[in-house]
Amino acid sequence: MTIRTARPNRAQHFQPRLYCLKKLESILLEMQDTKSGVKGTEQKLNITTIPHVIAGNDTIAWISNKMKTTTEEAQAFGTMLVAYGYIYPLQNHKKLVMCNDSSLYRFQTPYFWPTQKWVPDDSDYAIYLAKRNIRKKGVLEPYEQAHYNHLHEWLNHKWDFIVMQAAEQYKAGKERKKPDRVVFDCQERAYWMVNRPPRCAHSAMDCGPERLIDPNTDEKTTFDIYRRKNMFYQQAIMRSKVKSSVSLGALVKYITTYKNHDPFLASCLPSNPWQTDHDAYWTLNMRRVEVPTKMRVERWSFSLFELLSDLRGRDDFKIFLKKEFSGENLAFWEAAEELKWGTSSSMSTKAETIFKTFLAPGAPRWINIDGRTMGLTVKGLEHPHRYVLEAAQTHVFLLMKKDTFFRYLKSPTYKDIQKKALNPEPHNFSPANLEQNALNRSPGIHPIILWQQEEEEKAKAAAASAPVDVKAMMSKIDRKK
Amino acid sequence: MCVCVCVCVCVCVCVCVCVCVCVCVCVHFYLNCNNMKYMRSPPTPEMATQEVPLNETLAHLKTESETLKSKLEEERAKLHDVELHQVAEKVEGLGQFVMKTRRTLKGHGNKVLCMDWCKDKRRIVSSSQDGKVIVWDAFTTNKEHAVTMPCTWVMACAYAPSGCAVACGGLDNKCSVYPLSLDKNENLAAKKKSVAMHTNYLSACSFTNSDMQILTSSGDGTCALWDVESGQLLQSFHGHAADVLCLDLAPSETGNTFVSGGCDKKANVWDMRSGQCIQSFETHESDINSVRYYPSGDAFASGSDDATCRLYDLRADREVAIYSKDSIIFGVSSVDFSLSGRLLFGGYNDYTINVWDVLKGTRVSILFGHENRVSTLRVSPDGTAFCTGSWDHTLRIWA
Repeated sequence: MTIRTARPNRAQHFQPRLYCLKKLESILLEMQDTKSGVKGTEQKLNITTIPHVIAGNDTIAWISNKMKTTTEEAQAFGTMLVAYGYIYPLQNHKKLVMCNDSSLYRFQTPYFWPTQKWVPDDSDYAIYLAKRNIRKKGVLEPYEQAHYNHLHEWLNHKWDFIVMQAAEQYKAGKERKKPDRVVFDCQERAYWMVNRPPRCAHSAMDCGPERLIDPNTDEKTTFDIYRRKNMFYQQAIMRSKVKSSVSLGALVKYITTYKNHDPFLASCLPSNPWQTDHDAYWTLNMRRVEVPTKMRVERWSFSLFELLSDLRGRDDFKIFLKKEFSGENLAFWEAAEELKWGTSSSMSTKAETIFKTFLAPGAPRWINIDGRTMGLTVKGLEHPHRYVLEAAQTHVFLLMKKDTFFRYLKSPTYKDIQKKALNPEPHNFSPANLEQNALNRSPGIHPIILWQQEEEEKAKAAAASAPVDVKAMMSKIDRKK
Repeated sequence: MCVCVCVCVCVCVCVCVCVCVCVCVCVHFYLNCNNMKYMRSPPTPEMATQEVPLNETLAHLKTESETLKSKLEEERAKLHDVELHQVAEKVEGLGQFVMKTRRTLKGHGNKVLCMDWCKDKRRIVSSSQDGKVIVWDAFTTNKEHAVTMPCTWVMACAYAPSGCAVACGGLDNKCSVYPLSLDKNENLAAKKKSVAMHTNYLSACSFTNSDMQILTSSGDGTCALWDVESGQLLQSFHGHAADVLCLDLAPSETGNTFVSGGCDKKANVWDMRSGQCIQSFETHESDINSVRYYPSGDAFASGSDDATCRLYDLRADREVAIYSKDSIIFGVSSVDFSLSGRLLFGGYNDYTINVWDVLKGTRVSILFGHENRVSTLRVSPDGTAFCTGSWDHTLRIWA
């Protein structure tokens, strides 16, 4: 079977940029307004006078005023206008930034605006370079010369046409008045600076790979598509929705709960490793730490999901469950997770083990779920698939969430770990200390090593809690007698 | 053949009455017999589809579709009893933020397109336009591994949950998994495993809760779930009408859903088990470049080329906030939440990073530093910092 890669749609070349460039243009028109726009002056350049010249600081002040932003942001905005070629610098024409000083700029003529839907062609560029060569030999920059040589090779078949065009344009240019010619030359140079930048310069005109499908083409709406849509709408209407006040309230509650745990909102103790170059925060919160920190222990109380997601918390929960002799629910949940996220090939063996250990009548770690769910699950296990334990797993999780979890939070196990938990002192580094830290950044332990250690621990734990084969044990006892 | 049964009830009250009853009964039975005559042979079922022209039925479906859509909007509006900023009035405002570049990672020779954090909170993997995929220890800024892909524009990369492998893909239409090694001299490309196969470019990939499954999205308009070991396709997700650009897995206890955003301006929520689209939101005005779940899993944010970030509430089934400003004109390339969900970071195509207060809808901070567009942004797993990758060939860590 051959896979035919569909060809990208050339029109999509412009799609991503078009939306914002249109907005930019409306602002530009306002800027060019003679009354309320940026103040323009005339500027003497050698012997000619160039009209409608604007200063960098004036432009930035205008933008800052119009958009109600800081000068820094207005400058960034101005730089965007220059980078896209809507405004071009007169003095340092190679650096496409807007400077907050008296540097001079001009508005680019709409003919050369990037929203025009024609791609700056290699032939056009060749004509432009050839024209400059005709005007004065050796005036091309090294990168332009390199482009020129490359184009000469690449477009050799139409080189005569290119030279002819260049000559024509040069002649037509000579017939213009000097000031107009100077202005046009500046505009053209600015256009090519934006569209064919020097090799290592960053260009705003860069774009990603073209989109494949044009989202603006009307879908050929067939029966099938409408039927699917209608089914989707019907299901969406029937699905239970919650009042905004309830769901938004829940979002706010989440933020309030986690407020003190967010390193951007509250300082993390002892210190944020990225700010002080000291990784104590990470070492104190490692996977298998003897005594966890107070913040970590507090986080376990937020929800069962948090407790189980933090493997150290899960360990503590297991200690509690062991004391209550009710560890089979969590063990089943863990086994079901392994099945769900495991490889396809291991599924049937895992399903069998789970059945034998947790679900079969008289199983060593039999879980107590309602008859209906048990029936469905056992039936499903005849043809096991990835989500065969979903119902049972959800049931067990809800059981733990509504009952066991709250008992854990009130238990001596949890209260004990709360008391023992560490509350590290915040670091107080002097600038000299910080410099020292920056030079001695600890490499930490590679995740591969940690993972290997983890696998070893898991194997040991599995061996320790393996279901006791009662029958074998009994027969052993019989044989001893 | 019907039988007319004339029952003459002779009531010895009056001759007239007797006669009347007889007549009535006879008439009644006669009428019934007539009806039965017509119903004797079963009526032939009408060939409805043959008779009604095809256009009418299509139009009928179309009107049905429109009525259902407005009904859905009605249902949503009924529950729309409060706005987010109203609920947020009681929440205290945020103070001033001082976020600086703490590390600048230089080493890519071309535009950085994507990055992902390792669960150890300090290592990252990043991919670029020239086909290089680099694994860094961002804390020490050391490069630990480097792989050269056989294609350019590696637009997707992901770190495995175990920290032992990375996945990446792009214009090669594939997603490949490279197991990492402690031996610096080992050639990682030798152990490469090709997992996903799409019919067009790979735009995003993510491991699920284990190293064994990968979720991918592609320019061919589909998303897919793959088994890493065998490379088998487990589930495919069809529904987008154009290129799918981004995806994110739900951080919930069930972990069975994910959201994707595409060039058709839609953000779809999918059920991984059935492959069905369970929710869809179409309020953006241009391509959606990035989607990210809220930490609780009950909402998600999206960033688009229309220069806005939007927050969608999954339980109320609607958009609840738009984060935009007149001075922000360039599109958002990627978004992510801080640990508590209070802050939304957005990387923009005008080289800046804007930080939004999710509840109040205001912009808290704007960060400068990159010299070209910010293409990717991710908050670290423990929320201590966020990393941005840019087309200026560098990555920056901010805290």
